[in-house]
Amino acid sequence: MTVRRRGLMGGALLGAGAASNFLRAGDALAQGVQPRRGGTLQSILTPEPPILQIGVNNQGPTLIVAPKMFEGLLTFTPTLEPIPVLATSWTISPDNKEFVFKLRENVTWHDGRPFTAEDVIFSVMKFHMEVAPRARAIFSLIETAEAPDPHTVRFVLKQSFQPFLLMFDATACAMVAKHLFDGQDYRTAPAVQRPVGTGPFRFAEWQRGNFIRLERNPTYWQEGKPYLDNIIYRIVPDSQSRRLALESGQVQLTSASDIEPFDVPAMRSRPNLEVSTQGWEYFSPLSWVELNHRVAPLGDARVRQAMSLAIDRNFIAQRLWFGIGKPATNPVASTTRFFDRSVALPAHNIREANALLDAAGHRPNAQGVRFTLKHLVLPYGEVWSRLAEYLRQSLRQVGIALELESTDAGSWARRIGNWEYETSVNFVYQFGDPTLGVERTYVSSNIQKVTFTNTGGYSNPEVDELFAQARTASTAAERQTAFTAVQRILVRDVPQIWLMEMAFPTISDKRLRNVITTGLGVHTNFADVFLAS
Amino acid sequence: MRDFWRRYRRNKGAVVGLALLLLVFALAAAAPLLFPGSPWDMAGAPFLPPGEMGMLLGTDSLGRDVAAGIAHGARISLMVGAVSTIFALGVGVSLGAIAGYLGGFADDLVMRFTEFFQTIPSFVLAILLVAIFTPSITSVIAAIAIVSWPPVARVVRAEFLSLRGREFVQAAEVLGKSRLSIVVGDILPNALSPIIVLASLMVASAILLESALSFLGLGDPNLMTWGFLIGSGRSVIRLAWWMSVFPGLAIFVTVLSLNLVGEGLSDALNPRLARQRGGAA
Repeated sequence: MTVRRRGLMGGALLGAGAASNFLRAGDALAQGVQPRRGGTLQSILTPEPPILQIGVNNQGPTLIVAPKMFEGLLTFTPTLEPIPVLATSWTISPDNKEFVFKLRENVTWHDGRPFTAEDVIFSVMKFHMEVAPRARAIFSLIETAEAPDPHTVRFVLKQSFQPFLLMFDATACAMVAKHLFDGQDYRTAPAVQRPVGTGPFRFAEWQRGNFIRLERNPTYWQEGKPYLDNIIYRIVPDSQSRRLALESGQVQLTSASDIEPFDVPAMRSRPNLEVSTQGWEYFSPLSWVELNHRVAPLGDARVRQAMSLAIDRNFIAQRLWFGIGKPATNPVASTTRFFDRSVALPAHNIREANALLDAAGHRPNAQGVRFTLKHLVLPYGEVWSRLAEYLRQSLRQVGIALELESTDAGSWARRIGNWEYETSVNFVYQFGDPTLGVERTYVSSNIQKVTFTNTGGYSNPEVDELFAQARTASTAAERQTAFTAVQRILVRDVPQIWLMEMAFPTISDKRLRNVITTGLGVHTNFADVFLAS
Repeated sequence: MRDFWRRYRRNKGAVVGLALLLLVFALAAAAPLLFPGSPWDMAGAPFLPPGEMGMLLGTDSLGRDVAAGIAHGARISLMVGAVSTIFALGVGVSLGAIAGYLGGFADDLVMRFTEFFQTIPSFVLAILLVAIFTPSITSVIAAIAIVSWPPVARVVRAEFLSLRGREFVQAAEVLGKSRLSIVVGDILPNALSPIIVLASLMVASAILLESALSFLGLGDPNLMTWGFLIGSGRSVIRLAWWMSVFPGLAIFVTVLSLNLVGEGLSDALNPRLARQRGGAA
């Protein structure tokens, strides 16, 4: 193994992406083609992750590579139904408080030791509880975790919590080996540098700044799988070089932000490539104009409604993202559970926006400017700069002058976290359920000086109450009632100006089969992926 | 004056350069008339090639008119070039004059200070300054001025060193003129010609620096500049070559004309040197 240290990659980009044909994980025989053993899959990773130990690092690139080596108890279909992975079956008590998982037998770690219930309890109660803030927030609801036998795990929660199962995908709670971490500092244990999981691929080689190679795990629990011998992730920092590598056939797969949106139409027209924007249903990133409600006049709902009306989301989706993703209609993405399609933002309407601003008492001055706002440009690359420029022009049409400020990724996160901004753009993952990924942005109990909390400072007791109801309700019907009500209030109040349900293009060589079979797309274990001859 | 123009005219390149430069000035001055409204306005469909739908030089990824961007960008580029050069001249001339006229310890002090700035690669320093003080038109101008004054200080010092021992300076000293009035009234006018030539070249390099900063995304995000146009067109160059080629040409023409003018000025202000070089043609 050659792990040479080079500086940690910057860019805490949460991006990563995937998708093509929707097959259930079981349908390994893609379109009647017999899977073929052998071959090396060459792919691309941007940017290079600092480490591959999922949990310790949860950035987009790690979430793509690590699930080939680490598995969760479950994974999810595009409609977010659970699929068994390391758990073969599970039972849930009617009040959604007790969850019992039956574990798969004959599963071994890459170092040959057997995988047992002890590992599951360690992973959930100790490892992720300590290293992953998102997991900690949910797993602290667990009252007891026990293993009645080596292949059964029983969790009892302090309260009903219906979305609990969604936390058992590899990207949220990958199973790690107790014998490699217990009693050590989880962040610096030797296993962090040389990951050991139960997945179909083992860690083989990592040349910093060059490539990461994973090799086939010959003792994988699924007989005859994986089909591929190796997966190589090349680190290519320049977007045009990535495009060339894909066009020339040097790599067979790109995902996430590898290929810029404006290059996607050209990739679609190439006969040997397949472009898909599916496989992001579990994450469902939603982008919005982030407003700081403490800055006048953004505390006024009429002003926020007017800003929302002034923005043409179709233009953004078609012209800036070239049809990758679609206009947002609601604080909940349409691929997230409990989305209510009957609750939608009003359409682009400049006249109405002007009327609302007039009614709110903001008269235009001689230059036609009603008021000026600063806008912190999201420093995640060109398309986001173009978005800021578009927002400035479209808000200027209703008399709002937007003054752009540029910054770097670190300062952006710090300033959002410290509430030192007036407006910005943000995008946040929803993780399948509004309780997991939507609630955090709108409830007043989560107004914190931390990025990706309710940094805007929106506070509405009714919304707090409805999210609390939905969180602890034990049936889906009760939760739907609460979530529908909350979507209605939020669409009326527009606490943040939702822009797009984002998607990322997964572009693959047509010989590569079964790339996207679940709601996690390229973030799955690739046991079923094969290169047809 | 007529004599000056006669000598300037002898350098054909300089005349062409002056003509081009006047054209750029005219474009900058006429920008609000030729392209009323903001250059950021989305005027047409995105990625229109040059000539289509009334867009002379095509449109960019948001449908903004590239020609309008170049015209309005000319104002910013020339303004940045001029303002930063004035500031750099101010600093460079004062320090150079102090060092050259006083000599001795003051000279050492000022020159070591100047060398300190000269040892840091100027572009890297400019990037650093803009990144620290967040990109805005003020920080860009300040950064360019800060990295471009050292050569001025050195040239001015050298001129002052050679002039201060001349008879007319000694005469002024004997007459009891104050040091300040000798420096400003007697020596400086005689040192002007190299400063003028240097200034014209500095405007060119300031425009290049500003464009490079904008290209890297360190320009003022609220101002349309040539560097920004190229930077935003770079990644789509295979889709829309006109987005980067035309602003690139604008920078090329402006910088070239400034260099030609600078050379012409040098010839005109220093006829003896020009003849020795055979540049009198």
